Amino acid sequence: MTDLNFIYSELFLAISIMSLLIIGVFKKNSSNLIYNLSIISLLSCLALIFSFPINENAELFNNSYKIDYLSSFMKILTISSGIFVLISSNKYIQTININKIEYPILALSSILGMMVMISSNDLILFYVGLELQSLALYVLASFNRDNLSSSESGLKYFVLSALSSGLLLYGCSLIYGFSGSTNFFVISENLTQDDYVLTFGIVFIIVGLAFKISAVPFHMWAPDVYEGSPTSITIFFAILPKIAALTVFIRFLYVPFLNLIDQWQMIMVFLSIASMLFGAIAAIGQSNLKRLVAYSSIGHMGYALAGLATGTNQGIQSSISYISIYLFMNLAFFCCLFMLRRDEKYFENIQDLSGLSKNHPLLSFCFLIVLFSLAGIPPLAGFFAKFYIFSAVIDQSMYFLAIVGLLATVIAAFYYLRLIKIIYFDKEKEKYETNHNIGLKLSLLISSIFILFYFTYPSWLIEIVEKINII
Amino acid sequence: MFDIGLGHYLTLGAIIFTIGIIGIFLNRKNIIVILMSIELILLAVNINLVSFSIYLNDLTGQIFTLFILTVAAAEAAIGLAIIVIYYRNSGTIRVQEINKLKG
Repeated sequence: MTDLNFIYSELFLAISIMSLLIIGVFKKNSSNLIYNLSIISLLSCLALIFSFPINENAELFNNSYKIDYLSSFMKILTISSGIFVLISSNKYIQTININKIEYPILALSSILGMMVMISSNDLILFYVGLELQSLALYVLASFNRDNLSSSESGLKYFVLSALSSGLLLYGCSLIYGFSGSTNFFVISENLTQDDYVLTFGIVFIIVGLAFKISAVPFHMWAPDVYEGSPTSITIFFAILPKIAALTVFIRFLYVPFLNLIDQWQMIMVFLSIASMLFGAIAAIGQSNLKRLVAYSSIGHMGYALAGLATGTNQGIQSSISYISIYLFMNLAFFCCLFMLRRDEKYFENIQDLSGLSKNHPLLSFCFLIVLFSLAGIPPLAGFFAKFYIFSAVIDQSMYFLAIVGLLATVIAAFYYLRLIKIIYFDKEKEKYETNHNIGLKLSLLISSIFILFYFTYPSWLIEIVEKINII
Repeated sequence: MFDIGLGHYLTLGAIIFTIGIIGIFLNRKNIIVILMSIELILLAVNINLVSFSIYLNDLTGQIFTLFILTVAAAEAAIGLAIIVIYYRNSGTIRVQEINKLKG
């Protein structure tokens, strides 16, 4: 029974999902009520995590579920970005008419799946969490069911994600067969250095996880799915699954397979270099903002993987701080996108930004700091994120990776700066509506302030992240 | 006659897995075939896990298989539902005509 004390937040979320479903079925027209209740249940879930000492270390259920500082921190990130996504997209889902009771409930289920993934210390549990997350995301991607592009994006995501789960499972089966257990600790004890079948298993699992965080060459689903699905789901895709998959990457590579680092390090370096370069180059010709974000997130994942490729605690810490800052930048960018609304219609093309600064100086300023930060220009938060990654990489003398990363930053700066040029120097268009709801304004305010003033006291994030010691 | 051992089961698993992967990438006709290929991949994994489980004399593999069977059923249900809503919007499920989003 004492085990259950540690998973109160997961239990609470699971129970609230079921009770919200019952309320939604029996009460007519309760979609708004369910929406608000699910935000409240996420908030209480966050409170439950904080109510326990965060730096507790525990292995529950025969070592298959791990509660430690890393898992608590990543769960807090996941849940709080879930809250921000829900409160900022409230108006959007009412406007495009997908405000059904299932919407927030599915979002909660995928968050529950991510929490299980983050804490998993066993291949079975990891697989179950991953599927809970992806099954909910398939439905969410095609949630706007009368729209051809939404259903097409759901279909594409379903096919490619199911394929990646299949690859991942094949890797799991090989690892189980050749190490005799599914538990990460036992696997690391039973490892033999020169077993090439285990390398096969690791490669399959890395491929499956790379699909989930859309690293090149397994990125082909990302632009289509980001463009086709409703914007409120695109922001979900851009932030939450990446946090969970990155945590699994850390747990998987650094707990059972740390001794085989020679075999996976080159794969990670390749994934990272390919993602950084592809993300920077392919985004140049895009005209749709959501598609552009897809390519830019591919590039950003490349930087996060560069931190993981180093094989040191510092590398892991820099990746985690990268993903935390990336989360705020993406949140701010999408909040700006939600503000481009006129006559109950949302605009998402680059040309719709033209001359925005004449009519909406404040919104344009937010766009400006977000884009500068995404490009990594000091003193904004995005610069510090890249700085941590590069210093961790250079400490390990991986100069090639660092040089390619810097080159990719320069190339990527081109399209971010082009957006700023369009906002500030092109011919102005009609005004957009300005009556946004409070949740959207609040999330944009918080994330912009974080990006803008991060440099005044950067050590708080470093101090939090430095307590994560995996190796 | 020869004895059928772990190697044979693993080879069978690998062959079925490869057929599944090829079925997804070479198929130009119908999405239902892709759904069947995904099921084949999961089946290959199950064969692997069960034979490993017998070979290692350890039950974990068979429990894992039960989990995979359950999840595969849920996945097929959701996949079919998505195919139905796609068919309602576009009137086709031919793979080469699913190309509205590209660039």
